[in-house]
Amino acid sequence: MLQYLSTSGPAVLSALGQHVVLALLPVLIGLAIALPVGYLAHRFRWLYPPLLSLSSVLYAVPSLALFVVLPVILGTQILDPLNIVVALSVYTVALLVRTVIDGLASVPTAVTAAATAVGFRPLGLLLRVELPIAVPVILAGLRVATVSNVSLVSVGALLGVGGLGALFTDGLQRNYLAPIITGIVLSVLLALVLDTAIVGVQRVLTPWSRVGSR
Amino acid sequence: MSVVSDVAAFLVDGSNWQPGNPDGISARLLEHLQYTGIALVIAAAAAIPVGLYIGHTGRFAFVAINAGNAGRALPTLGLLSLVVILVGIGLVPVIVALVVLAIPPLLTATYAGLQSVDRATVDAARGQGMRERQVLLRTEVPIALPILMSGVRNATLQVVATATVAAYVALGGFGRFLVDGLAVREYAQVVAGAVLVATLAIVLDLLLACVQRLVVSPGVSGRALTRTTPRKVTP
Repeated sequence: MLQYLSTSGPAVLSALGQHVVLALLPVLIGLAIALPVGYLAHRFRWLYPPLLSLSSVLYAVPSLALFVVLPVILGTQILDPLNIVVALSVYTVALLVRTVIDGLASVPTAVTAAATAVGFRPLGLLLRVELPIAVPVILAGLRVATVSNVSLVSVGALLGVGGLGALFTDGLQRNYLAPIITGIVLSVLLALVLDTAIVGVQRVLTPWSRVGSR
Repeated sequence: MSVVSDVAAFLVDGSNWQPGNPDGISARLLEHLQYTGIALVIAAAAAIPVGLYIGHTGRFAFVAINAGNAGRALPTLGLLSLVVILVGIGLVPVIVALVVLAIPPLLTATYAGLQSVDRATVDAARGQGMRERQVLLRTEVPIALPILMSGVRNATLQVVATATVAAYVALGGFGRFLVDGLAVREYAQVVAGAVLVATLAIVLDLLLACVQRLVVSPGVSGRALTRTTPRKVTP
């Protein structure tokens, strides 16, 4: 184990770096798409059922299949990391649209009515009243999306771009446990670190939630 | 687009559907359902009783809350490779990887379902003289069923989609179309495999939605309300 780490240390680190980028970029892209889409579905109720069915269909497409099919649709090379980023963004959007809608729906009607009464316009109401109150629900969804992205990136290794997933295929081919265990441990640690970071962001964004518990 | 017509041609090709053809869609469907079924039954047998215990007693709640996230973080491919090296190629590594994938949503949903039951209802059940077992099985579980079932549907969806990795370690299932198609750069087969998996996932979800409608009491799901509203009397 130690011998493996001392010889392959740099390769493991670069795999970890690629893993972080491949997992995090889709979370940001997904959030940027899911917020406006979720808001539209919140405003226009008839959009809700079709969006919900569409997102569960997208979520049912196996990640391996999406990784392979995307180059055909996008016209990219099969080894292009872009395929992984787009595929994981699709999953993130599918997961987050639902939580954004749930989050906005969790805002009590009395609060929006009061905000309207004191003169908030629709945009101000959304940005300064509804979104902040929806933060806990949206970030709960973001935690799930981030953690599952970290796990899904490895599947890309079957196509040659998979961050830490390359350690799994490498270990399986050489019948060697060290890279596999290294990959699993780093993957879980990475998920843990990112998850804790989002919890930290939530603490900063919702200072009022701590007042009551004191 | 030629890929679309190739996919359609693959899917409607009669020889691909023949029950006797070991590489056919019917045979792959049975394998896929087999992996999914075994994994879900084992995961449910392990996760649901534990979730019921945690939800009913409120003890070890942190286990249920953290199991969700920790379990999701375990990369299925890594786990699969690990078990393959430890016990060799076969059904066991695939089932282990899928069970580990299915346990977190089942455990979290069982716990969350029991948490959603109003404490006053539980107290009332106890006040009526129900024993702990009866409180759990006849009051809490029926009320928790919608959330519990959503966990079952969620786990099924993930396991069906992920069972494709079985093909990576030389087993069957719909994943074969993905892995074989990728190996020979025959994308129509890959897309057809993806379509089959997604369709299977949706069909199973619809079936479970029907089961949910059957097992959830009308009083819990709200359907009873429409029955008690007085009919319009036409003069």
